[in-house]
Amino acid sequence: MRIELVKRPEQSRLFSALSPFIALGLTLIAGAIMFSLLGKNPVDALYFYFVDPLREVWSLHELAIKAAPLILIAVGLSVCYLSNNWNIGAEGQFTIGAIAGSILPVLFPQFQNWAVLPLMLIMGMVGGAAYASIPAFLKARFNTNEILTSLMLVYVAQLFLDWLVRGPWRNPEGMNFPETRNFHEYAVLPEIWAASGRANWGFVFALVAAVVLWFMLSRTLKGFEVKVLGQSPRAGKFAGFSASKMVFFVFIVSGALAGLAGISEVSGAIGQLRPTISPGYGFAAIIVAFLGRLNPLGIVAAGLVLALSYLGGEAAQISIGVSDKVVRAFQGMLLFFVLACDTLIHYRIRFIGAPAKTWEAAQNV
Amino acid sequence: MFESILITIATAATPLLIASVGELVVERSGVLNLGVEGMMVMGAVTGFGVALATGSPWLGVLAAIMVGALFSLLFGFLTLTLVTNQVATGLALTLLGLGLSGMLGEGFVGQPGVKMSYLYIPYLTDIPFVGKLLFGQDPLFYLSIILTAGVAWFLFRSRAGLTLRSVGDNHTSAHALGINVIGIRYLAVMFGGACAGLAGAYLSLVYTPQWIENMTAGRGWIALALVVFASWRPWRVLAGAYLFGAVSIGQLHAQALGIGVPSQLLSSLPYLATIVVLVLISRNRRLTMVNTPASLGRPFVPDR
Repeated sequence: MRIELVKRPEQSRLFSALSPFIALGLTLIAGAIMFSLLGKNPVDALYFYFVDPLREVWSLHELAIKAAPLILIAVGLSVCYLSNNWNIGAEGQFTIGAIAGSILPVLFPQFQNWAVLPLMLIMGMVGGAAYASIPAFLKARFNTNEILTSLMLVYVAQLFLDWLVRGPWRNPEGMNFPETRNFHEYAVLPEIWAASGRANWGFVFALVAAVVLWFMLSRTLKGFEVKVLGQSPRAGKFAGFSASKMVFFVFIVSGALAGLAGISEVSGAIGQLRPTISPGYGFAAIIVAFLGRLNPLGIVAAGLVLALSYLGGEAAQISIGVSDKVVRAFQGMLLFFVLACDTLIHYRIRFIGAPAKTWEAAQNV
Repeated sequence: MFESILITIATAATPLLIASVGELVVERSGVLNLGVEGMMVMGAVTGFGVALATGSPWLGVLAAIMVGALFSLLFGFLTLTLVTNQVATGLALTLLGLGLSGMLGEGFVGQPGVKMSYLYIPYLTDIPFVGKLLFGQDPLFYLSIILTAGVAWFLFRSRAGLTLRSVGDNHTSAHALGINVIGIRYLAVMFGGACAGLAGAYLSLVYTPQWIENMTAGRGWIALALVVFASWRPWRVLAGAYLFGAVSIGQLHAQALGIGVPSQLLSSLPYLATIVVLVLISRNRRLTMVNTPASLGRPFVPDR
């Protein structure tokens, strides 16, 4: 049997809407098989992964905490990917954003007033954007592959953070633990609705960013420019759009959002800097961006799904003893299925029987 | 002393070399597989596990090669048959590999591994200064050199290699000439996967005989950078791999000596060096334009 693709005359609207759901379904089936192989009851496992965390109000708050960085980073990445610029170093921009945003509460703890938090958020965005502009500059100026440079900078950023919290930024009263001092009350991102759970304003930032970027992409000239340069650089050039300015634009937007995610996470959810501040949000956000079909509003939903997988991983570890390592395998499978299902949007798939058989069939006719 | 440094450089360079040479063949066929890191880490966990279970590092190596090739088939099916975006699919392969290997290897953490023994030829290995360097290393080191020579010969001296390069340079013309573009690309992708799996096994059976989650630590990505650095030529890949081996061993020695530089800065040197080298190579646009396979990363749907 052979698989043949037949190009659709235009994109299938049906499959544009359906493909993420088909991918999710396939991931659940593959996950059930995986759990059976691990010797767990697949129905129980999937229940603890994807249903149990949604039953309590406090855990909905936890969902928002995990979804916020994923959405913030992924909407930025979607702009990058639509313009055919491959920033895969969001994890590094997240880290540098967190570091830059933490300068005030760590180095100037006496400076305590209402201005601290806004300044921290701005510095986080500037830090992330500046770090993202390195691969952008190298691509625009020297034609250097941005995929490799942005990824290499992730390792550099993580080592830099490690050095800071073990060296100059270590908490003087922290008994030599590798962490900075705890942020003072003016430096902590407030909770949205403290009576019911921990979710902080980071989630609101994520929703705002998604709406703003959705508007930019679908309603403004800039958004059109992003898509034209992404689909056909030549056409973009004729229209007078500058590809190298676009590189800077998309990297700075996505870097700033990743930086904002970083400082929001540190200031809202953690409250200090540590050697590890992210369970791989920068990479999981790549999956979120594609699951949301590079549409900022779709990404909000996709971010919640991936956040659920993180939460479910923690829950399943406690309740049925499945390792939390399973989560990342799950997320990887999900991206595979998403990409495979996207083929249905552009192509009709024909299964063709073995050649000998068709010859026989032809004889019969 | 000097000899032992050279040997450690070879140990650090060999996994990079094996993975890069594999990826070079893949890219010469016009496919960009960014999943090297994922295939490598799958090879590392498989090699470690099988060697631990059977006690034989060679069975571990064989299993790693097979798993690498099978894992790359996932990428091949998506990008070649379903014509998905190669960049995104390669990333997916890396993320899946890192996740799966973490899950599979959880029981291996902290277990002492099986180390592949070094070659020993009486008299030859005992020659002072050069004996150990030439005749006393691990068997995979020799394999990596043979592999490089073999790939160089295959690509530029054999008819099949010419066919493969033609597919990478202009898949439409190659198809029109009756060459099976997709079939050749499948084979190339699997070869790259097998090499990446072998390189991973080298890490967990020779370089540091143990399993640590994410133990590839970006080497798959450095291998990708080496292919660009080498402008798609096998012997230049070898030069690049040894350059990087020297950088990473140099920083380890500097850390051990305790010179007054933070260890984290030294650890980041291989990554920074990758960036510098990429910039130096890519700023010379003519060099990269001439050597880059013209169809690299472009989707191909045969018209019938």
